[in-house]
Amino acid sequence: MTPTLWITAVVVAITLGITIWAARQTRTSVQFYAAGRKITGWQNGLAIAGDYMSAASFLGIAGLIAFNGYDGFMYSVGWLVAYLTVLLLIAEPIRNTGKYTMADVLAYRMSPGPVRSAAAISTLAVSGFYMIAQMVGAGSVLHLLVPSFPFRTAVVVVGILMIGYVVLGGMVATTWVQIVKASLLMAGAVLLSIMVLGHFGFNPLRFFDAIANVVDKKSGLNFTQPGILYPHGKQVALGPLTLDKSVVENVSLGMALIFGTAGLPHILMRFYTVPTARAARASVGWAMGLIGAFYVMTTFLGFGAATLVGKAHIPNINVAAPKLAEFLGGGPNTLGGDLLLGFISAVAFATILAVVAGLTLAASSAFAHDFWMNVVRGGKESESEQVLVARIAAVAVGIIAVLLAINLPTANAAVLVAVAFAVASSGNLPVILFTLFWKRFNTLGAVAGLIGGTFVSIWLVIIGPGFGLVPAKNPAFPLANPGIVSIPLGFIFAIVGTYVGELLGDRRARAMYPEIEVRSQTGIGAEPSSVEERVPAAV
Amino acid sequence: METRNPTAGRGVRGDPDGPTGTEGAPIATSRWDALATSAEFRRLITAKRNFIIPAVAFFLVYYFALPLSNGLAPSLMNTKVIGNINLAYLFALSEFVMAWILAAVYIRRANRVFDPLAAAVRRLAERMGVRA
Repeated sequence: MTPTLWITAVVVAITLGITIWAARQTRTSVQFYAAGRKITGWQNGLAIAGDYMSAASFLGIAGLIAFNGYDGFMYSVGWLVAYLTVLLLIAEPIRNTGKYTMADVLAYRMSPGPVRSAAAISTLAVSGFYMIAQMVGAGSVLHLLVPSFPFRTAVVVVGILMIGYVVLGGMVATTWVQIVKASLLMAGAVLLSIMVLGHFGFNPLRFFDAIANVVDKKSGLNFTQPGILYPHGKQVALGPLTLDKSVVENVSLGMALIFGTAGLPHILMRFYTVPTARAARASVGWAMGLIGAFYVMTTFLGFGAATLVGKAHIPNINVAAPKLAEFLGGGPNTLGGDLLLGFISAVAFATILAVVAGLTLAASSAFAHDFWMNVVRGGKESESEQVLVARIAAVAVGIIAVLLAINLPTANAAVLVAVAFAVASSGNLPVILFTLFWKRFNTLGAVAGLIGGTFVSIWLVIIGPGFGLVPAKNPAFPLANPGIVSIPLGFIFAIVGTYVGELLGDRRARAMYPEIEVRSQTGIGAEPSSVEERVPAAV
Repeated sequence: METRNPTAGRGVRGDPDGPTGTEGAPIATSRWDALATSAEFRRLITAKRNFIIPAVAFFLVYYFALPLSNGLAPSLMNTKVIGNINLAYLFALSEFVMAWILAAVYIRRANRVFDPLAAAVRRLAERMGVRA
């Protein structure tokens, strides 16, 4: 296992070098939260891709396809198409109207105190669940690959590194760690894909012949066929309707992916790092090219693991890709196998570090910028105090995440990610859309949408199947993916809240609509890049 | 048309940390009203709407057609097209192509059409003395 440790150490050393360099240019709050808004379109595109291709999607999708065939690939499709929502509706208006966080956009029209507090709660919920999922994944994968590394030590190491990146280097370090990681991940995926195809004489038809020979025992379906993960034929009652459960689960999953991505605070925050809305648009284009190419390659990684390694030889769903790498390098205990396994494990480790750093930054900004600075201190804090509070918040968020992850070693990482996407799609997205595009929307509507959407999605996952360690036989809510119920509810909460707010006489948000409409669509008064300043050489 | 309450919230920047920060005089909301109803701004909004609403409707229909047909017509989707490559896989791959093409078309349209229209609104705002 020495190569794994060596290669991982090199990757970590590179990221620490970046952090030390970045720390020199992280003094003001715009530098800490938004890298001075000087990241270019393609750099931000790489960083978005790096932020998005988490352990869940790299290790998780490869594993889902390796274990369930075609149905796993549906995640890849949804996760890419989701960026059309981001590109067409969200990215540019967010860049034009916000400063550091999602709540900045809402606070434009609404009473800042209530909406910032509500947005801080939903942001902490999304980022928290997502982060714990990553850390639990990190811990178990590291432990599996390097058995001498206990789970707790692995989580603590990840925690210390991510706190280090964020506290010292802020958004500059986080962005560059993501860029390095995205490049490594793409290189790794291309390498493995070519090697997999090489095993089939570079003939896709022979590859698919092999996939069709892999048969799921339970359903009798082969791995090219849909229906293994969510089997056909079971009925589910949703209110007055009785529908095929497989259809409902697949559509519900699709809804959470398509609408959830545009509500992920750590992704939205990335649009503040570029100088203009045009650069934000370009960065989504770059990100879609990279993310799409990567997700197409999950076919080779996942099906490659299914055909060449086989489910029986993969001890854990999360290590399908590393096991494939070991096989392609020449098998266990060969130099090639160890080297390739080491490289892919290092990439997985870098992936986790980059994603948790982005999440830590999003969570600490929700606390420091939205709650502390604007609600508690009423926006009267000095610049240096603001950066200090942000750094303290990042340390606190990191420590809490480590403590939670250590105590949840058996938590199901996929379920935690599902909660994050459910909250983002049901709590955040309706409120962002209404703020930008609905004239009547007001403070009570925003608070009702954020809080109602957040709690309803968490609650539906808790009472649904799969939350406990042993899947419930007869869960109170039948679906593993709550989106099909929670997303409409999120919109309804926001609408009902708005009408009640109107009855109570809230007119401010409506009077402010022309301003946010013009600003969000034209970029008038958008936050500029930070002015170049002389930074003393010594830190 | 709706009538607005003339007093509520006018010219008050309630959020101390809004994007304009604390510098500059608060802008009367009526200026923004005038901008929002100007011919220049309506041209931008109409152009964007005419593209974005159909585009969003198209990709939602195209995307959800995949899980729906996988669930409702599995035997059709299992039809082999080339060797063992079936319709379900090709449909899934086509989603990637659809997303890339739609994104490229939008970015091109935004750079060539929407950005110049937005620039016209910004020039109008300058003439009107809207200091953001």
